[in-house]
Amino acid sequence: MKNGKALMDKILSVEGLRKEFGAVSAVDGVSFDVGPGEIVGLLGPNGAGKTTTITMILGVLEPTVGQVRIEGRERMNFAAVYTPLPGNLTVTENLRVFGLIYGVDDLSARIEALVREFDLGRYADTKAGHLSSGEQTRLCLAKAMLNSPRLLLLDEPTASLDPSVAREIRAKIKAFVAGGTSGVLWTSHNMHEVEEVCDRVLFLSHGKILLQGDPRTLPGQHGHKTLEDLFVAVAREPLSYEG
Amino acid sequence: MKAKRVYAIVLRQFYLMRGSLSRAIPLFAWVTVDMLLWGFLTRYLNTVAAAGFSFVATMLGCVLLWDFFMRVMQGVTMAFFEDVWSRNFLNLFASPLTIWEYLGGLVASAIVTSSIGLAAMLLLAGFAFGLSFTVYGLMLAPFVAVLFIFGIALGIVGTSLVLRLGPASEWFVWPIPALIAPFAGVFYPLSTLPPWMRVVSRLLPPAYVFESMRSIVLTGHVSPWPAAAGAALAAAYLAAACWIFERTFRYAVRSGLIARYSAESVS
Repeated sequence: MKNGKALMDKILSVEGLRKEFGAVSAVDGVSFDVGPGEIVGLLGPNGAGKTTTITMILGVLEPTVGQVRIEGRERMNFAAVYTPLPGNLTVTENLRVFGLIYGVDDLSARIEALVREFDLGRYADTKAGHLSSGEQTRLCLAKAMLNSPRLLLLDEPTASLDPSVAREIRAKIKAFVAGGTSGVLWTSHNMHEVEEVCDRVLFLSHGKILLQGDPRTLPGQHGHKTLEDLFVAVAREPLSYEG
Repeated sequence: MKAKRVYAIVLRQFYLMRGSLSRAIPLFAWVTVDMLLWGFLTRYLNTVAAAGFSFVATMLGCVLLWDFFMRVMQGVTMAFFEDVWSRNFLNLFASPLTIWEYLGGLVASAIVTSSIGLAAMLLLAGFAFGLSFTVYGLMLAPFVAVLFIFGIALGIVGTSLVLRLGPASEWFVWPIPALIAPFAGVFYPLSTLPPWMRVVSRLLPPAYVFESMRSIVLTGHVSPWPAAAGAALAAAYLAAACWIFERTFRYAVRSGLIARYSAESVS
């Protein structure tokens, strides 16, 4: 992984990323960028390579080949449905520990603001393990926003939220990105959400990017009415979209 | 290495202790049980042994420092296991936290928890059984340092083992002190051991410490060289342990173990 300081127009640049586990290529030559003010959707069926790609960007999985360029881990953060924060610490304790790790200035004020923003005030002194899955997701998102990241990686961030809270979260992330300095890589299986939130989508299948474009126009370009129809078609017959 | 990040790992341990009696009580409970058990045993042995020989000063002193060594090792491994059990690796290692900052946090946590245990043992052994460490004089500091460094080294090796083999392998870590004890000469002089066991003993820093402690009590003086040899060995083990941890972590990142690490997904 390289921490490029001269990215300027790109917050994340992925080039020729490949990950092999034995004879299996989980990710096979993936290249894409995320720019400031942009939300890029990473779509694909289960096992397509989305999470493998994200973990390589996060630096916890070494690519077999390829490069990931980011501005630095201090400027990146993430929230994933499969990675809850430690359940034996309270909401505030979790945010304080990770705030220190991310080197957040004026941490107490930042924690207070995030607890308010993500409606966690009632649970500030509650252990994370006692929260509902939706509340835990909000806590993970609050942690992801601690350092006001330039690059935010969200792996199914609204998967366990009710529609009302999910809508609020989408609005918050969109408002955050609208500032024009940050970018988001977002995975989701909710195609309506992707259409609403993402500026651009990448369809991943068997570790390769098969299609990419605007989620609102891409289905029409490939003879489908909705993004969900296109998703199903790509998932069922990936070979017809390859190359 | 940023001190704030090391502090974050220590703070996490503090929060866990503060919020959980089941974590805080063992800091005192087992050392108290050990001191009472060995204190009464050594007191009884004093009554049946030859006059002039103090089991309290020799055996209870050694048991106390051996317990301290185990607390140091467990201080490192327990802090690490908390992250294993809460499936926290992805949160930690996808952050700016480096493995050396993480390891620094584990070691700092172990310093705090083992010091609390040591203080509790010293108080109990002193008040209840009249054990005084003044008999060891200035040599006490290097003895404690050698055991501390070796405890840290074994703790780091234990974490590497679990990182490499998965959470279930924590059961390999718990018996490590028990495997070392017969060779370390905690309860008896090394001359009691058969020659092949003495060869192994010479490779273990605690053996030098306990031999020196006995020498001080029995003869009133001790050569500084065994303690120096123990310190050099302990430092070498610590360097080797850090190297093993670094290599294991790299392997875990290369193979995807860190990314997949959870109690459910890794056997």
